[in-house]
Amino acid sequence: MGLFKSVNQLGAWGHFKILGPIIIYASVLSVFPLGSSLWFLDGERFTSGPLTGGGVMASHTFLSLLLFYLYSFHLLRPIYCSFGSNGFETTSVPKEEEFSEELLLKPLPDYKVLAHFHFTSISPPSSSNGKHHHLFPKSIAQLVKKYKIRELELSFTQGRWNYDRWGASDPLSTANGKPPGVELWALFDIPTKEEIDATWRNLTHSLSGLFCASINFLESSTSYSAPLWGFLPNNGDLRYGALPREAVCTENLTPWLKLLPCRDKAGIASLLDRPSIYRGHYHSQRLKLRSDGLNGIVIEQTLSVVLQPIDRTSWSMHQLFKKSLTGKCALAKSSKVFLEIERSLVSQNENILELVGEADMVTNDQRDHSTIYQYNVERYSEHEALDIRVNWKKLLQVSFLQAPLHASRFLMGSGNERGSIAISLQSARNSTKGLYDNSKNCFTRVVILQVVPWYVKVYYHTLRIYVDGAIRDAKDVVEKINVTPSEDKVSPGTLEMMLQFPCGMMSAALILDFDKGFLHIDEYPPDANQGFDIPSALVSFPDFISRRIYPDSISSPLLQSYKGRNIVKSYTEVLLVPLTTPDFSMPYNVITFTCTVLALYFGSMVNVLRRRVSEEERLAKSKDKRKPGLIPLLISKISNKVRGIKEDSANQSQSSEPILGPKVVFKVVLIALIAVLGHYFFNSS
Amino acid sequence: MEVAEVEAEVEKKATATRSRLIVRLAALLVSYSTLVSVVCCLAGLIALLVLPLLAKNTYISENALLPGSANPVLSYQHVTQANNLILDIMNIADDKEAPDIEIPKLIAKYMEILGAETYHHKFSQPQNQFHPLYFFSTSPNSPPTLANLSYGTSTVGIIRAPRGDGKEAIVLVSPYNTQNAGGIDASASSIGLAFSVFSLLSRATWLAKDIIWVASDSRFGDHTSVSAWLNDYHNPNFIGDASSNRIFKRAGTMACGIVFKVVEKERREKYEDRDVVTMYAEASNGQMPNLDLLNVVHYLAVHRQGIRVRIGMFGGLVKSHLVRVLGEVMQQVGRFARSLNPDWRFEMPSSEYVEGTATLASSIYSQALGVPTGPHGAFRDYQVDAVTLELSPRFSLKNEHTRLAFLLKGGRLIEGTVRSVNNLLEKFHQSFFLYFLTAPNKFVSVGVYMIPFAFLVAPLPIIAASLFNLTSNRNPWRWLHTAKPLLITHTWSVVVTLLPFYISKISDLPSTHCMLTWAGGSLMALVILYIVFGSPYSKHVEWRLLKAVMIASVSIGLCLMSIINFATAQIGALFVVPMCLFALPIRVKTNNSLIRSMVMTCNLVMAVLGFPVTAVALMQGVIKGFGTVSILEFWDSMKFLWGWNSATYLYLVLVHLPCWLLFLHILFHPCR
Repeated sequence: MGLFKSVNQLGAWGHFKILGPIIIYASVLSVFPLGSSLWFLDGERFTSGPLTGGGVMASHTFLSLLLFYLYSFHLLRPIYCSFGSNGFETTSVPKEEEFSEELLLKPLPDYKVLAHFHFTSISPPSSSNGKHHHLFPKSIAQLVKKYKIRELELSFTQGRWNYDRWGASDPLSTANGKPPGVELWALFDIPTKEEIDATWRNLTHSLSGLFCASINFLESSTSYSAPLWGFLPNNGDLRYGALPREAVCTENLTPWLKLLPCRDKAGIASLLDRPSIYRGHYHSQRLKLRSDGLNGIVIEQTLSVVLQPIDRTSWSMHQLFKKSLTGKCALAKSSKVFLEIERSLVSQNENILELVGEADMVTNDQRDHSTIYQYNVERYSEHEALDIRVNWKKLLQVSFLQAPLHASRFLMGSGNERGSIAISLQSARNSTKGLYDNSKNCFTRVVILQVVPWYVKVYYHTLRIYVDGAIRDAKDVVEKINVTPSEDKVSPGTLEMMLQFPCGMMSAALILDFDKGFLHIDEYPPDANQGFDIPSALVSFPDFISRRIYPDSISSPLLQSYKGRNIVKSYTEVLLVPLTTPDFSMPYNVITFTCTVLALYFGSMVNVLRRRVSEEERLAKSKDKRKPGLIPLLISKISNKVRGIKEDSANQSQSSEPILGPKVVFKVVLIALIAVLGHYFFNSS
Repeated sequence: MEVAEVEAEVEKKATATRSRLIVRLAALLVSYSTLVSVVCCLAGLIALLVLPLLAKNTYISENALLPGSANPVLSYQHVTQANNLILDIMNIADDKEAPDIEIPKLIAKYMEILGAETYHHKFSQPQNQFHPLYFFSTSPNSPPTLANLSYGTSTVGIIRAPRGDGKEAIVLVSPYNTQNAGGIDASASSIGLAFSVFSLLSRATWLAKDIIWVASDSRFGDHTSVSAWLNDYHNPNFIGDASSNRIFKRAGTMACGIVFKVVEKERREKYEDRDVVTMYAEASNGQMPNLDLLNVVHYLAVHRQGIRVRIGMFGGLVKSHLVRVLGEVMQQVGRFARSLNPDWRFEMPSSEYVEGTATLASSIYSQALGVPTGPHGAFRDYQVDAVTLELSPRFSLKNEHTRLAFLLKGGRLIEGTVRSVNNLLEKFHQSFFLYFLTAPNKFVSVGVYMIPFAFLVAPLPIIAASLFNLTSNRNPWRWLHTAKPLLITHTWSVVVTLLPFYISKISDLPSTHCMLTWAGGSLMALVILYIVFGSPYSKHVEWRLLKAVMIASVSIGLCLMSIINFATAQIGALFVVPMCLFALPIRVKTNNSLIRSMVMTCNLVMAVLGFPVTAVALMQGVIKGFGTVSILEFWDSMKFLWGWNSATYLYLVLVHLPCWLLFLHILFHPCR
């Protein structure tokens, strides 16, 4: 029964496996870009895939291709059905490609729970099946192949990782803390800079279509940068970009789930109940991939959610996710649930936490920072679902391992003209010494990577560094600095800085002044009045390694990744800079004013150009003999009157009525009266 | 000048050439300058009086605000929690030795229970130093010396929006004062009110912006603590003691500031059937928050919570007979107009007109003074929209039941406002920033209130041109002769502006002495300037020319001021424009003795009333009653103005005073 069910659930995956090659083969025939064709396989993605990703295509070719695909899909439908019903074998998973699923639950000190889903797919370097894959998502494999990606990480994050409370220097928080919005970086295996830039642009479009997000905004050269060592030491083949304003929602989760062989139909991913996970305080969904000749392609798909249990003192998996874990994904090599308990939660009072449910294995890490409880999902079934329950016996305030310095960033100044960016580093009092063996040279090295959009014009020479309330010469503190100044409408400014602070330092601040630039009218986003974002700065501490080493008896890709030499790093807040914004709601006024000014300008210009003064004077002289015009006559009279000069007798021959004589006034008043009366009578009738 | 040149040309060619139409029209206006100026001035005055009739109803312009679309969820549970805090504060105020240390601790403890990030902000009283050169900038950044001064402690709590990105923040400010023993009820209730809202927001899942609650210790005034905190938020000082910087926490760009305090009125003039909230919106130099913010508060208070909304109003004007008569006249005119044409609907009951006028006068006056009417003014200095709400309960706060009911109502009002601002994606920009209020739900927008000022200022250039034409000297550069007296007066006014800076450096002078020193110094400066530059009445200086130049300089000054603070320019124009129009030397010979004597009387009256000292006294007398006004208090009122960096001080000394001096010059012109 169970087997039958899993086959049914895997039906869709089976279709993918069998149909994928055929359709993609067709797409190769039709000279269609591979990267954007991948999502035509599923009916529901059929329209949204090309719409978001296919910006590169001309619209008519796009339409014809769309028709072609619809048609091919239709043609293939009978085969699809026949294969779907009988021709699929579940048992013989090839050994080369591997998939494993894991979930790590971790109680946090403020009674929230971190749930960290970790899915790993591995594809060996040369697949025995050529271009075909069994478990590994083909779209990703093609992406890697086409764009020659060595490493790539894409993260969608909503909310902020609370470094103070949720920890900052254990491997989980170092990996989990991501800036809000989208962050994408990639290392390419391409020699020249121009080719890398071109590949990056194509990659953003492909990912944009793949994940239903506006990652394609990273295509523009104003939005990505190439840090040399601030982010990851490289030879100029790294590209880094962030979109702080990108909203994250189920739209992005669905394509991410489709990369999993069981999707969210079976296994650990079935816990992903949308309302529950999006109710969390922090939500970060990531895709990380590495590819090289030896190991092939490895994808790590992780989803970290910080959930607030309804009852603060006790929670269980079922309460958190509103679903129960009834079994593993049949295609997974291993399927495990871990519960990690930090030592600081236990050490003070042994029975502050109580676990309900029996773990398959309990181990501590080498340095005794935490305890891991392991549960194997295979053991559980629909009759006996896995439900870990944790009870807090006592509420108390503890904090997890902090980074050596707590980084925060803020804006200084006010107004629309200028301001300053301040990065403030404050030592976490307890954790600078003792935790890490770093007291020999007693300098803390800090690397700061700050990417600033071009319309925030940072003056890098204004860098001021304050250490413990005293200004310090930059030469004394800065060990290495790399500045790429921004170029208007071409590239953002990048600042990479390696600083050396004495260990005993309590606080430091870095100030950079900037001017706010003006944007062209069509460069403003629709919500320009909100202000503009400066992406998060990355502060990393190269001397501090976050690692946890567990005994080798636990074979788990998640815990393996804990062993790596991960540098402790933290992201700062996104900043919102209000820029001068034109009043878009008043186009009418603007048009009227502009037109008036233009009309006046052209009128007077034409007048000046057209007039010939000497000729006019000659004309006027010849006119003199004739009768002068009425108005000049009047004006001369008026001016005479103004100066109190009585009218000359010479003018009396051409005497005329004064302009506002009693008769004229009488006439005007009469006409006005008639008009008013007429208006009154017409209106009253 | 251009007009005059063209005039001369026209005369020279004597009907030979046709000049351009616009020039001819200008010449026409200039030739009838007297008529034009009288008509314009009258129109300006009438337009000013008609403003209450032209006021429009307010409306919520920004759709995203959605006020009142969600039901308030503030419950009795939150309010009873807050009540515990109120009781604790009252106990501390009664029993403990040092309530000003204990109360911030208590508030911080309550904040931490809610899971907020908390810190204390210490500040000292700023020295009210006059810096004439730093006028429009915020106060210069001097390191505070907390060591030997008494300092206040504000308590700040921050709730991070659960799913927000932390780019923006809404600031709630609740001032309290422990020093004032009588008002501890009201102070504790302000904090309780803030706490009830804060405890609700700490559990809210819908927050998109962080919430900052500042329980500000207002022992040095409400404004001081808020502005000190805002200054440290925006311009922190990194040099010196770094510990205060270490604990200071921030939460992004401020979207809006809401200041609220509970005030218990001692004696009520009339029986109130509802709780009342009074809105204060005027910030420094006549800046106003976006009208939408006031609209949201008004809408929620009136239509959701049933609270009466008030704004500042001159009570004296409501009782004034003159205004009542005007109201009657307006009503009659409106009725007549309606009988002529039913579509003309500007009829207004006289009582409404009287109230509108009193409110409008208060609105114009508060803007013209350039001094913020509450702690919200500190926010506006950083381009943050903010409003102060003063809630006064219908029943006494001593009774626990009525207090709970009042807290619930007030808390729901603030909850609704926070929710509306939280809905905003962009900052406030849809609605008006330049407006006067004639009622809590009626406003006069910039397009309308500019008309009276335009009418008042329009005759000035025309009169100047016509006077220039009337002079006997025909040299087009003849006005240069009058540049000397103009230069003298303006140099003098600059000296007078700067003198208080040096006087205030001499410590411990009583204000009358300061005033006398200022007056004496100014007189001396004037005498020295005369000795250096010689008499202003040289033989080329005709009085007409002098008057023309004075009018030109005044109109430039008024127009500049109207850009900086419109209301000041508006009130100033009422004083200055008659002075400019009527100025006539005593010794001038005219034919009509009746008109001459009338003009002379007006001139003498204006010479007295136009003097800034008497003008200020007069304004204050009109508003506060004449009993309390003394001329020697001028120093204090000026100190008040520059203490708040109000540009009205600059206007009075740099525009009004030279105008008055030139007026005197004309008055005593020898007329050779």
